Amino acid sequence: MTVERKKWRDLPIGGVIITGGNAQVYLTGNWRTKKPVIDMKRCTNCMICWVYCPEGVILVKDGKITGIDLEHCKGCGICAVECPTKVIEMVKESKDE
Amino acid sequence: MTQTVTQKIMALNGAEAIAEAMRQINPDVVASYPITPQTIIVERFSEFVADGLVDTEFVAAESEHSALSASIGAAAAGGRSMTATSSQGFALMWEMLYIAAGMRLPIVMAVANRALSGPINIHCDHSDSMGGRDSGWIQLYSENVQEAYDNTIQAIKIGEHQNVRLPVMVCMDGFTTSHAVERIDVLDDNAVKKFVGEYHIDHPLLDVDQAVTYGPLALPEYYFEIKMQQIEAMTNAKPVIEQVSKAYGSISGRSYGLVEPYNMEKAELAIVILGSTAGTAKSLLDDLNDPRLGLLKIRTFRPFPTEEIAANLRKCKAVAVLDRAASFGSIGGPVFSEVRAALYDEPKRPQIVNYIYGLGGRDTTTDMLKTVYDDLDTVAKTGKPDPVQRFLGLRDD
Ligand code: SF4
Ligand code: SF4
Repeated sequence: MTVERKKWRDLPIGGVIITGGNAQVYLTGNWRTKKPVIDMKRCTNCMICWVYCPEGVILVKDGKITGIDLEHCKGCGICAVECPTKVIEMVKESKDE
Repeated sequence: MTQTVTQKIMALNGAEAIAEAMRQINPDVVASYPITPQTIIVERFSEFVADGLVDTEFVAAESEHSALSASIGAAAAGGRSMTATSSQGFALMWEMLYIAAGMRLPIVMAVANRALSGPINIHCDHSDSMGGRDSGWIQLYSENVQEAYDNTIQAIKIGEHQNVRLPVMVCMDGFTTSHAVERIDVLDDNAVKKFVGEYHIDHPLLDVDQAVTYGPLALPEYYFEIKMQQIEAMTNAKPVIEQVSKAYGSISGRSYGLVEPYNMEKAELAIVILGSTAGTAKSLLDDLNDPRLGLLKIRTFRPFPTEEIAANLRKCKAVAVLDRAASFGSIGGPVFSEVRAALYDEPKRPQIVNYIYGLGGRDTTTDMLKTVYDDLDTVAKTGKPDPVQRFLGLRDD
C-alpha cells in the first residue's frame, strides 16, 4: 500500500484541506498489525460487526457480508469481539503481505 | 520625493496611534481581553466601535487566549482580524500564536512590550515578544509613536501578501512608547483605505459552496512539509517588507527598511538596538557628532535580516548588541546570539559583546549608552571582548 504524496510546494498552505469527503484517500489500513478474517461459511449475516465497526469498512451487498475494506480497516478488533458467533479471527500480518 | 497625501498632525501616545491606525484600517473583527497589564489600544478602539466610526465586529473575549482564538477563527472565516496584547496576556496567547502562524492567517497584533512575571512588574522590556520569536509571526519593532502607527498600517499589507500569508506583531516599547504622547503625522482615512485594500483569502471557511477544513491533523507524513512552507513564507516576507515600505513611503514620505543604519558610514564602534532605546542612541550620537560611532536599529526581527546586518557591521572594529530580554543560560540575549551568528561568515569579524539592559522598565539613559561606546573603544583597542555578556544599568559592585 504505497501512496504518492505531494511535495511541500504542491500542498495547500497552512495544512488546509480544500476538498470535501476525502477521508477515503487517507489509507488508514497501514496502522494495522492484525487483520480481521471472517469465516464466511459460518457467518450468519447478523450485521452486528457492520454496526460496531467504527470505520464502516465491513462490506455488504444484498444483505450479505462480502468482506472487509482492508485499505481502511485499522485492525482495532472490535468486530471480532462483538461477533456473536465468534467467526472473525484477528490474524497477524507480516510486512511482505 | 514623490507627491505624498495630506496628513494631519496629532498628539497621540503609542496606544492611541495604533488605535487610530486600526480605525482607518477598519478591520472586520477585533477580539480582545484587557488582562493586566493591557494598554488603551482596544479600549480606544471599542469607543470607535460604539461611536459607529468603524464597521468592525468587536468581540470582548473572556481571556487573551480566547481573544487570539477568536481572531484566528475570524481570519479563517474570511475576515481581516486584529488584536492587541502585552506581557502576561501575550504569555497566555502562547498556544494560539503557533496556531495562527501554522494556519497561515495574516492577523495583525499590536504588542506593547512589557516584562513577564515574576516578580510582577508591568514595565517595559522585550521578554514577551522575544519569547514568541520562533512562533512563526513576523515581528516589526517600533522606535516611537510615529513608527508604531506606520508599522500597523504596513503590517496589514505585509501579512496579507500572497507570497507571505503570515501573522504580524507590531511591537512598541511598553510605557516608553505606548503611554508617551508624541507629535505624529496621521494619513488621510481614504489613503489608508486604498493602501490596505480589500482582505482576500483563498479558501475562506465560510464559503459554503466549497467546504474546506482548517486545522486538521497532519501526522508525520505531512507536518514537515507544512512547516517548510512557513519557513519559505518568512524568506518571502523580506522583499515584501521592503516593497511595502517603499509603497508606504510614496504616500507618507516615511519609509523604513529591515534595518536602519544611523551614522554608520564610517562607524568603527556600533551599537545594535531595537525599540525606543534606538531613539536614545540617536540623540547621544547627535550630541557627540563623532563619525567613529554608529547605531544599527533592527526594525524587522522576524524575518531576521542576516545579510543587511552583516553588510552594515562588517567594517566595524567592535559591536555591542543590546538586548532588553535575558535568555537564561544562553551565551547572550536573543538579538546578540543572532547578530553574532550573522557575522560568522565574515572573513574579518568585528569584536562583539552583549549588554542586557532595561529589564522590567529600568531606565536607559544617554549617559549609559555613552559608557557602552567607551567600553567598545577598549574592546577594539585590546582586541578582547571579555566578558562577552555585560549588564547595563544594573546595581553591581
Ligand atoms: S478490525 Fe476494527 S476497523 Fe477493522 S473491520 Fe473490524 S471493527 Fe472495523
Ligand atoms: S458479526 Fe459475525 S456473524 Fe454477524 S455478520 Fe459479522 S461476521 Fe457475520
